[in-house]
Amino acid sequence: MSDHPSTYQPGSAIERWLDTRLPIVRFGADLMTFPTPRNLNYWYTFGGILAFCLGVQIVTGIVLAMHYDASGAGAFLSVNRGIMRDVNYGWLIRGLHANGASMFFIAVYLHILRGLYYGSYKAPREVLWLLGCVIYVLMMATAFMGYVLPWGQMSFWGAKVITSLFGAFPVIGKPLTALLWGGFAVDDPTLNRFFSLHYLLPFVIAAVVGLHIWALHVPGNNNPVGIEVKSKADTLPFHPYYTVKDLFAISVFMILFAVFVFFMPEALGKVDNQVMADPLKTPAHIVPEWYLLPFYAILRAIPDKLLGVLGLAGALGVLFALPWLDFSKVKSMRYRPTYRTFFFVWIVACAALGWCGSQEPDGQIIKGFAGPIFIDYDINSVTWLSRIASLYYFAYFLVITPLLGLIETPLPVPDSLFTPVLSHPAGVPVGAAAAPETKG
Amino acid sequence: MSIKVADILAHPTSNTEGPADPGRRDFIHIAATTVALGGIAAVAWPLVDQMNPAADTLAVASIEFDIAKVALGQQVEIIWRKQPVFIRHRTPAEIAKAVAADHASDLKDPELDSQRVKPGHAEWLIVLASCTHLGCVPTFAQGEYGGWLCPCHGSQYDTSARIRKGPAPKNLVVPEYAFIGPTKVKIG
Ligand code: HEM
Ligand code: FES
Repeated sequence: MSDHPSTYQPGSAIERWLDTRLPIVRFGADLMTFPTPRNLNYWYTFGGILAFCLGVQIVTGIVLAMHYDASGAGAFLSVNRGIMRDVNYGWLIRGLHANGASMFFIAVYLHILRGLYYGSYKAPREVLWLLGCVIYVLMMATAFMGYVLPWGQMSFWGAKVITSLFGAFPVIGKPLTALLWGGFAVDDPTLNRFFSLHYLLPFVIAAVVGLHIWALHVPGNNNPVGIEVKSKADTLPFHPYYTVKDLFAISVFMILFAVFVFFMPEALGKVDNQVMADPLKTPAHIVPEWYLLPFYAILRAIPDKLLGVLGLAGALGVLFALPWLDFSKVKSMRYRPTYRTFFFVWIVACAALGWCGSQEPDGQIIKGFAGPIFIDYDINSVTWLSRIASLYYFAYFLVITPLLGLIETPLPVPDSLFTPVLSHPAGVPVGAAAAPETKG
Repeated sequence: MSIKVADILAHPTSNTEGPADPGRRDFIHIAATTVALGGIAAVAWPLVDQMNPAADTLAVASIEFDIAKVALGQQVEIIWRKQPVFIRHRTPAEIAKAVAADHASDLKDPELDSQRVKPGHAEWLIVLASCTHLGCVPTFAQGEYGGWLCPCHGSQYDTSARIRKGPAPKNLVVPEYAFIGPTKVKIG
């Protein structure tokens, strides 16, 4: 909280001297003593994990850039021969960077789901939430442009399809795509500018993360109970309690990361990207990276070019609007069982969209059964599943959330963060009687 | 508030006695801000416009192509201004099919087959090979219309490369071209 008083005592003459000129040590020390709700669970470690991911991407990215050649003729070879075979440990650095992007998205999705579940987007944390949405959009832009850099078939055609989305807008569409491409089609100028922007955007992300953390430290953390901190008894200092918890979570996360990098480095990639970009031949089945699949499915679900693009943009737009769509004063879904059920269905809808995005639009859901055709597609097709899931996706934000905020009766919410700890079922003394190994 | 030039002229020197004249202050703020915004716009435009196709990119002019190389029923794909182009030598059956569908109700971007070819050269269909949805290269002889099927999101084109089904809004684009000899076309 912003009114958290500084307890930093400069230890040495040098620190005293510095403290009156640039109180940077005090700044760090105050972050460490920041009063943090005592009930944060492991879902709250993804912020730290995300900071770790950004660091990994920046360090490995800068190293890759030393060996990378941003030209249509050279890019593919500089990555697939230079970095992968000739550069010392190039395979490792690229493995970390390419899989690191996926790890980054795993973490950010869990981080966002956490925020949705515990109502962290509600007052007084709307700006914090909006900054998070900005980071997410910047991450998608960065990852998309990074994926173009190896200049394989998926890189090229992914770039073509995504940049062409902007062509859907009336009047400005055509000049806008020419501006993005720097030519009549995706080509060398496009690759060059994407490299430039791919280098830049992570640092923009780092700056927005700074604002995000600033906005976090004004109201302080939300927590699984979703009520505000009332007294000092509700909090613990950030260090050592949450530094250690975060480090432990990061270590576990690194194990998962290492499994991908060392045992299945290509599991998340596409074989088509091992073929050099060919502007004359579109791969039979183009799909974006897994983390963009749900949006891709929404785009394809709508049988009109402009509406499809607007649907894709709207799917992100509703996230930005969420703080003003949820009227319930109760933050945490622990106390909103009805809303929670709809939320779990929403997660299933997102997963279904992700799956649909990876399939052919004509693919059958129930194999071997041809249903009636409705709006261009068989009702037993991937396209219709995406249509239903997209509809639910939007209905969740635009209908269910506002409506339940008004009509749902929440469960009783505890008075303070301390009470849920103390109010265990009668007769079970907290802590003392329970054996340590059976405790939460 | 409105500022009149006459008000400003009425106070030619700085007003040391009495309260500062708010009208003059506002005028200075507005004038300074306007100049600053003009300056920012003058710098911003080059920074944006440099992203547009450079002169050497725009300079790739027209190309000539000898269509004698393309046998009946065959299609070649060439590059013109970095964009793939189909040159298709249509069979009489394909032409008949295209003409028969001239008034089909599912034409999203209605055009007659005769408007998409040069008079007397109905067997030659020359179109940009970029799906008008999001730019993939469609595959020939697939889909329900005997023409092209786009592998990306399933747009289907007929034997005149007109859009019949799927998300693409327009027919495949016929570039500017002319026959400059019995077997030579010039594109662009
Ligand atoms: C937000 C952080 C970042 C994300 C999400 C990200 C994502 C990606 C992705 C998905 C790829 C394609 C990997 C592949 O398939 O090979 C890539 C490639 C690349 N990135 Fe990044 N990146 C980030 C930061 C950076 C930074 C800071 C730099 C440079 C300073 C950089 C330089 C490169 C280079 C040179 C390549 C091409 C080499 C390759 O494909 O492995 N990246 N990036
Ligand atoms: S690019 Fe052809 S259907 Fe989308």
